[in-house]
Amino acid sequence: MKKHQLVCIVCPMGCHIEVEKNKDEYIVTGNKCPRGKAYGVKELTNPTRVVTTTVKIKGGLLNRLPVKTKEAIPKDKIFECMKFIDSIEVEAPVSVGDIIAKDILGTGVDLVASRSM
Amino acid sequence: MKYDIVVIGGGPAGLAAAIEAKKNGVDNILVIERDRELGGILQQCIHNGFGLHVFKEELTGPEYAEKFITELKNMGIEYKLDTMVLEIGENKVISAINTVDGFMSIKAGAVILAMGCRERTRGAINIPGTRPAGVFTAGTAQRFVNMEGYMVGKRVVILGSGDIGLIMARRMTLEGAKVLAVAELMPFSGGLTRNIVQCLEDYDIPLFLSHTLVEIKGKDRVEGVVIAKVDENRKPIKGTEKHYDCDTLLLSVGLIPENELSKNAGIKLDSITSGPIVNESMETSIEGVFACGNVVHVHDLVDFVTAESKRAGKNAARYIKKEIKSEGKTAKTKPGDGIRYIVPHMVRPENVEDTLDLFMRVDNVYKDMEMVVKVDGKEIKRMKKKHLAPGEMESVKIKKEDLVFGEDAIITVHLEKEGA
Repeated sequence: MKKHQLVCIVCPMGCHIEVEKNKDEYIVTGNKCPRGKAYGVKELTNPTRVVTTTVKIKGGLLNRLPVKTKEAIPKDKIFECMKFIDSIEVEAPVSVGDIIAKDILGTGVDLVASRSM
Repeated sequence: MKYDIVVIGGGPAGLAAAIEAKKNGVDNILVIERDRELGGILQQCIHNGFGLHVFKEELTGPEYAEKFITELKNMGIEYKLDTMVLEIGENKVISAINTVDGFMSIKAGAVILAMGCRERTRGAINIPGTRPAGVFTAGTAQRFVNMEGYMVGKRVVILGSGDIGLIMARRMTLEGAKVLAVAELMPFSGGLTRNIVQCLEDYDIPLFLSHTLVEIKGKDRVEGVVIAKVDENRKPIKGTEKHYDCDTLLLSVGLIPENELSKNAGIKLDSITSGPIVNESMETSIEGVFACGNVVHVHDLVDFVTAESKRAGKNAARYIKKEIKSEGKTAKTKPGDGIRYIVPHMVRPENVEDTLDLFMRVDNVYKDMEMVVKVDGKEIKRMKKKHLAPGEMESVKIKKEDLVFGEDAIITVHLEKEGA
């Protein structure tokens, strides 16, 4: 029964939480909201992150279009995901929320534009 | 040109203030922005985590900005881009210039200052040595990488652990650079704890607390830096130097409210926040000139900027409609033990609607404390705080009925050890 000290990153509150594995159950303490509990369990079983980055854009006000993964993807796929995103080039106009790439790396998560340009 | 309200700055503060002023019945509003688009620094903050308080979802900076830009445009609020305000003169006459209109004199009924803040640079912290290329403030690097599409370096050391520095440590790593170390002068980080976790720990980037930069090597381009441990007086300790071969140094050593215009206009500034002294309506020492957002004090969350700016916008509208009362008693706020500053600096209960929000920062890292609010010597609120840090802004809500006091009253907030 190892105790894990974590800082919840779900919101800027940054709760200092403790996650303890009790047989098959995870017990989370120190969280001020239910999202902290979910985060604590997920962080020990399948840590995920939303990836935010940019892709090349032609004909826009700027050279780069900010994009994000619509949902969090597994943490260990972040660099592979960056490599894939590197090859993408889009053309203006783009609207916020437009899908830039579908189901990246088979994660079931789409890459979407995070601004209009 | 004549407007009821002129907002200087089209970032999150200016946008929220203008929108709220319009919602409160003032139609004739102009927003002046010096960049080529609205949105301010949010446009380069492409990471997520914005809007949790305001929208209850995690947005990126551009997404957050776009919601407000769309609303502003839909409301038909006028704005000028690429336009620089030169001066706020007597009687709220604003001098501004751009390439389309040339020089303009704009008469404003009320002014809202929303110029935001700027980064402290190498000069501000007096780093000695040669001046090679490759030294950037973290925010400048952020703009290059995220908007203009230029990578600023391959091997990076970051000085300072402010949020932008932490965010850039992750960003540079994702873009293929190697971030060797983050050095922080203080024994604690100036950034949000969640950013230490998701930007440094996630990528195994070492954070050296109580460390500073003692040397930059290289003539044309940065070739390396030396960081050293500091003692309790923040002086480098001999023999603790660590050398890093790197081509880039990013500085994340603090933000300063951008108040050149305010100073020249004769607005009184607070020496601790470097922002204007404001009252409960976010009005500065000049009647009819309001201020909000990072120009007043540096916030850590844009959500708080939005809330504060709405207050400024609403009160500017009330000012135009002559609804703000200037008679009645005024109390000053005063930071007590453990508190560095409080915004607003003055409170006129007559103008407080239901509750008054006080915003403050603590002066050190504290655990298990109680935050105590006193009005005119009488305790009105006591809150338990498990964890307090200078990098995380605190706020206190005070009910209007608790704002009862005599002449020259003082509202204080201080910290006490729990149970003491």
